[in-house]
Amino acid sequence: MLLEYAAIAAFILVAVLVGAIAIILGALFGPRKKTEAKMMPYESGMNPIGPGARRMPVRFYLIAVLFILFDIEIVFFLPWAIVFRQLGLFGLIEMAIFIAILLVGYFYAWKKGALEWE
Amino acid sequence: MTFWNDPIRFAADWLRDLLTGWGLAAQMTDILLALLGALLLITFSLVLAIFLVWVERKVVARFQDRLGPNRLGPFGLVQPFADIIKLIIKEDITPAGADKFLYNLAPVLALASVLLLWAILPLASVIYGVDLNVALLYLVAAGALGTLAIIMGGWASNNKYALLGAFRMVATMISYEIPMVVSLLIPAILAGTMSVRGITEAQGNVWFFFLSPLAAVIFLISAVAELGRAPFDLNEAESEIIAGFHIEYSGMKFGLFYAGELLHAFTFGGFAALLFFGGYGGFFGLQNLPAFAWLNNPFVQAPVFMLKALIGYWVIMWIKYTMPRVRIDHMLAFNWKFLTPLALILLMTTAVLDRVLDGSNWYVPGLFLSNLLIAWATVEILRAHGRRQRKAEAARVGTGCAQAGAPTAQQ
Repeated sequence: MLLEYAAIAAFILVAVLVGAIAIILGALFGPRKKTEAKMMPYESGMNPIGPGARRMPVRFYLIAVLFILFDIEIVFFLPWAIVFRQLGLFGLIEMAIFIAILLVGYFYAWKKGALEWE
Repeated sequence: MTFWNDPIRFAADWLRDLLTGWGLAAQMTDILLALLGALLLITFSLVLAIFLVWVERKVVARFQDRLGPNRLGPFGLVQPFADIIKLIIKEDITPAGADKFLYNLAPVLALASVLLLWAILPLASVIYGVDLNVALLYLVAAGALGTLAIIMGGWASNNKYALLGAFRMVATMISYEIPMVVSLLIPAILAGTMSVRGITEAQGNVWFFFLSPLAAVIFLISAVAELGRAPFDLNEAESEIIAGFHIEYSGMKFGLFYAGELLHAFTFGGFAALLFFGGYGGFFGLQNLPAFAWLNNPFVQAPVFMLKALIGYWVIMWIKYTMPRVRIDHMLAFNWKFLTPLALILLMTTAVLDRVLDGSNWYVPGLFLSNLLIAWATVEILRAHGRRQRKAEAARVGTGCAQAGAPTAQQ
């Protein structure tokens, strides 16, 4: 069991190393001639106006909140799916109730306009 | 056990004997072998990525009635190597005001998130990195790492286009993660395990595609969205935000994003093959007959899996080069108002039918027909909805064509 996760750790180590080596190779063999214009953030040829990191529409945050809501519920689905056959009828009814509650929240969000982009 | 029916374990045992014979501690040997295995699989996937660059360019050329790379080597096969050399000797530009650490970390993480998926991708019943019992959870977790890389790159670039592209991409990825995970649950229910190998072995007689074709379709659609490929490529919409989150990246850093994207597409093709199309096995019970026992040989299974994964990859490419880009509100509405409820209904139907039909002769046709029924009902509901909208539109415009579906009433 522990050995499996040791193998995953080995994967993480090698995967990060591969990327790092590729970047180091690029830095070693690439030319380095800095000019002010070249280092400017690209903005279709104009001089950039204001900072690059700026305020974003609130709609993206709304999607993130919806995602957290659904994702936590889906994490609950995963163990259920594995032991579903052992749980028998109980598991089925339990999950039906759970999905019903989930759907109430879903339709509430829909009616409130949380799923609209405007 | 010989080399021919279990090559990896054979080689590993030989190496373990050799290393312990040299006087290494047993734990040290295990760690070394794990590192070696990871290195082997990752090298294989990277070589594959180089080959995929060629495949992608050749196939897109065919879709667009061109020849594609054909100068370097036979059929242009050496072209990707020339591309890599060029990427390495290009200047590596970090824009002014960028967060240097995060800016450099993002491409590494983007590639690593894909390479990590190869740990749980079995190429044959005895050729795999790790047989995790929570593989599906791991698949989702590694995918989330890719999302993190994108928001990192977009934010650290100090560029408006990059930030906008990153936000769009993250909105897409986290939205489509929900139908994707729900569609992954269906193979998990049918096989009773989350291990990718276990799910594949459970498809020896019937592919899960025939038990739940809708789940396969939902998985494919959300995989395409997760990849940020057309028609969901709002993150790098060339005509709007140039290249999106990797607009400031040049040289090898761009190469890492690019290789990661291609490999990701292939990996999702592979997972579609493993979870729904029998993966390396799944010859409809044929492999259990004595005359066809050779189908269980890893040297047959691995090419079969690669072929299936390539077909999956080809379908993803086909979608990419055929569909126009969708608008962001359409994309999110398609996910939240259509795909998510559909996936939840499908999950519940599969669970109920799996319970009701367990052990009966109607198990396979019942599940298949229920999927067809859901698909038909969905199409009917959509058509009725479209008709209502057209009617409302016609009444609003008042052109006198109140009849639903009249050609003058648009939409």
